[in-house]
Amino acid sequence: MVEIITYLELFWVFFITNFLGYGGGPATIPLVQHEVVEVYSWMTEYEFIEMLAAGNALPGPIATKMAGSIGFGQGGIIGATLTLIATVVPSLILKILLMNFLVKHKNSPRVKRLALYIKPAIAVLLGVIMIQNFTVAFETIGIFHLIILTLSAWYFLEKKKTHPSLVILGALIYGGVMGMFG
Amino acid sequence: MLKQYKEITVAFLRAGALGFGGGAVCLPLIQREVVEKYAWMSHDEFGEIVAISNTLPGPINTKMAGYVGYRVAGIMGAIIAVCATILPSAIVLIMLLETLSTFREHPVVSGMLQAIVPVVGVMLALMGWQFLTSASKEMKKYLILIHVLVIALLVAFLNVHPALVVGGLIGLALFSPQQKSKIESEGGK
Repeated sequence: MVEIITYLELFWVFFITNFLGYGGGPATIPLVQHEVVEVYSWMTEYEFIEMLAAGNALPGPIATKMAGSIGFGQGGIIGATLTLIATVVPSLILKILLMNFLVKHKNSPRVKRLALYIKPAIAVLLGVIMIQNFTVAFETIGIFHLIILTLSAWYFLEKKKTHPSLVILGALIYGGVMGMFG
Repeated sequence: MLKQYKEITVAFLRAGALGFGGGAVCLPLIQREVVEKYAWMSHDEFGEIVAISNTLPGPINTKMAGYVGYRVAGIMGAIIAVCATILPSAIVLIMLLETLSTFREHPVVSGMLQAIVPVVGVMLALMGWQFLTSASKEMKKYLILIHVLVIALLVAFLNVHPALVVGGLIGLALFSPQQKSKIESEGGK
């Protein structure tokens, strides 16, 4: 039986991270990671990275995929429902209620610079998780596989604009072979 | 009414199922359904709603889905649109993770899991780079560099909670005087 307090914590984490997450789903990744891994220890760093990887291989919004799977892991169906509501509902209600007000003020410099000020911060926070990813990869698969996978992922994603799910599929095949003979 | 519910469901299921890569990638797909296929609103109106969505926090797709659903068919429309957008991918991910954790000891599966870690690292790096390039359209490069250095110092070395940094920046954007706006970057506190 999951304790009530866990439900409250789940709701709170996804409410506050999405409330602060200007710039959409990806902007919430580092905030969610901090709460889930460091504050509440619901997942290890490695599990979080794994979830992110699996999430990126699937279509649909990343914020709600994270919310659903973390909520389910900690509190089953009820947990997933709570985290999804906390992710989606507050910003949606704000939008429906404030639409007319925002139409009037959308060119106000203060409103415009909201998203702008946060962008560099999100980039830094994503960079921190990226470094964790590479550190974990270095410790598990070693420098050789790390360099091959990193360079080819960068080449296909950025230069060839390959579909992300295909790139992940390629990495899965590479990893399967690596596991079989490694 | 039932016809509208059905159309909303189909529109957002389709946009969600094809939208790999989250947020911004899904917008053209949503636009295709909302503006071109079902003509629920005009191009200009859609653009305006996207612009306004960016002034609010939270995931962009669900704000769009919920608002369009609400406009077309009220509260029920909003609920249906949001569920169609988020449930399929969330449920598939939950099942996928459960399956993976059952077989994680198998060498092939654990090799697969290990191999996607650096790939996600690259994806995160590209996402972070997008945030920086989109900021550089409106902000001078050296100011971005100062921002980045100060925030990196706060988060990585002084262990300031990321939510405090972001909250501080929101406060700075809303309440600091407008003339000298872009200079302050120690606002993370």
